[in-house]
Amino acid sequence: MKFVAHLLVFISTILFSNSAYTAEMKLAVTTSFNNSGLSDVLIPEIKKDLGLDVQLLVVGTGQALKLGRAGDVDAILVHSKKAEEEFVSDGFSTHRREIMYNDFVIIGPSSDPAKISNSTTTVEALGKIAKHKSIFTSRGDDSGTHRKEKSLWKAAGKDPERFEATWYRAVGAGMGATLNTASGMNAYLMSDRASWLKFGNKGELKLLFSGDPVLFNQYAYLPINPLKHSHVKIDHAKTLETWLTSKKTQKMIGAYTVNGETLFTPNAIKKVN
Amino acid sequence: MSDIVNGMLGAFRLIFSLDADLFEIILLSLQVTISAVIIASFIGMPMGAWLAVNRFKFRRLTIAILNALMGLPPVVVGLIVYIFLSRSGPLGVLNLLFTPTAMIIAQVIIITPLIASISHQAIRDLWADYHDLLISLNATKSQRIFTLIKDSRRSLLTASLAGFGRAIGEVGAIMIVGGNIDHLTRVLTTAIALETGKGEFAFALALGFILIALAIIVNLAIHSISKTERASTW
Repeated sequence: MKFVAHLLVFISTILFSNSAYTAEMKLAVTTSFNNSGLSDVLIPEIKKDLGLDVQLLVVGTGQALKLGRAGDVDAILVHSKKAEEEFVSDGFSTHRREIMYNDFVIIGPSSDPAKISNSTTTVEALGKIAKHKSIFTSRGDDSGTHRKEKSLWKAAGKDPERFEATWYRAVGAGMGATLNTASGMNAYLMSDRASWLKFGNKGELKLLFSGDPVLFNQYAYLPINPLKHSHVKIDHAKTLETWLTSKKTQKMIGAYTVNGETLFTPNAIKKVN
Repeated sequence: MSDIVNGMLGAFRLIFSLDADLFEIILLSLQVTISAVIIASFIGMPMGAWLAVNRFKFRRLTIAILNALMGLPPVVVGLIVYIFLSRSGPLGVLNLLFTPTAMIIAQVIIITPLIASISHQAIRDLWADYHDLLISLNATKSQRIFTLIKDSRRSLLTASLAGFGRAIGEVGAIMIVGGNIDHLTRVLTTAIALETGKGEFAFALALGFILIALAIIVNLAIHSISKTERASTW
């Protein structure tokens, strides 16, 4: 019987240890933000400055928006302007606040069979890949990066839905898994710069094309509207927004580098739009 | 190949560096899985015994379904538990999503059919031997179930360990309902998935070897506590 009693104590400690006494909030962020390592710098600073425990849910933009709609998180930090504006107009957030941007890059085999490295625009580079039918891995997971990639194909006058699987491989996975797949197949792909720089399994892959302004990737912070979900911790979400857009944090974001490269350009505006 | 060697070396380095984060992850893995196994055993074993001693109309169908549920895809379980626990779901007010409790619930659902099914098979065999004896003693149904569970405890231990094995290595469901939040719901398997995503294969493998070692230690510990698999007792 003593054993059973111990068991019950053990189980109940686990079951009820979640009750919160500290200030905490849940923030859904995109994989690219987390993979960059910037969150590892910011989270402890938030704890230090605000005494707030920010619990990160690292998902794709599509899933982050879904979690926000369901009210399972208190705020989201994502990068897909069109979807964000829809999110706001549907009333799930009161506003979107731009925080910073980074950029996408096109990665490919170092031999560059489609010869994209001397392209002048992204559209030209993608056109070459499609013409050459070089293997290209796509996220295919409705994330911000995937949406961006699709819009770029459309800009190049192509419909990715109609691409043959012989060369266009939609893996339906996060940035890391897609990078791993591309590395294994020696394929082209579009990645955010941060994930690429931090990636540990580059293999034969190389950064081939970047710098085109259409590849800029704006991150925005959207607190969940308490009118839709009364339980969300709007006070914490607001405090965090003020902190993220403060001079000090913006400076810290701009100063964050990996291998000597700046990853994010802070561009928070003073007024809420 | 060098990744595997680096992974093994990395595993040793991690363990001997006594990294606090690592122990937090290991401890949570054990807490979640052991709780799930205990709860699932309390549900699955009597269920298996009950199925063994009772004869009813849809018995064969029930057992077939139970056996089929052993192969329940964890991702589907995760998704269903997520939908129920989501703020927009029927149990949203409990505020359990993205907590270790949610992970335990998902694992209980995954391993209960497994434990029930193995228990049922073990107890059914014993019931064939005990049937005449228990009937002649005029034992009530609950007395029969209790006796059968008690006397087939060795096989039931296997059922629990099988459940433990499936739960400790599970990643699909707990990723969805736990969310892999650092310092809150990150366990060994979700950490491995995370590191693989970063392309940090050596570190991911190191965690993998720790997971395997952990499973072996738990199994050995159970055998030594329950005094099974020793030379003197077969």
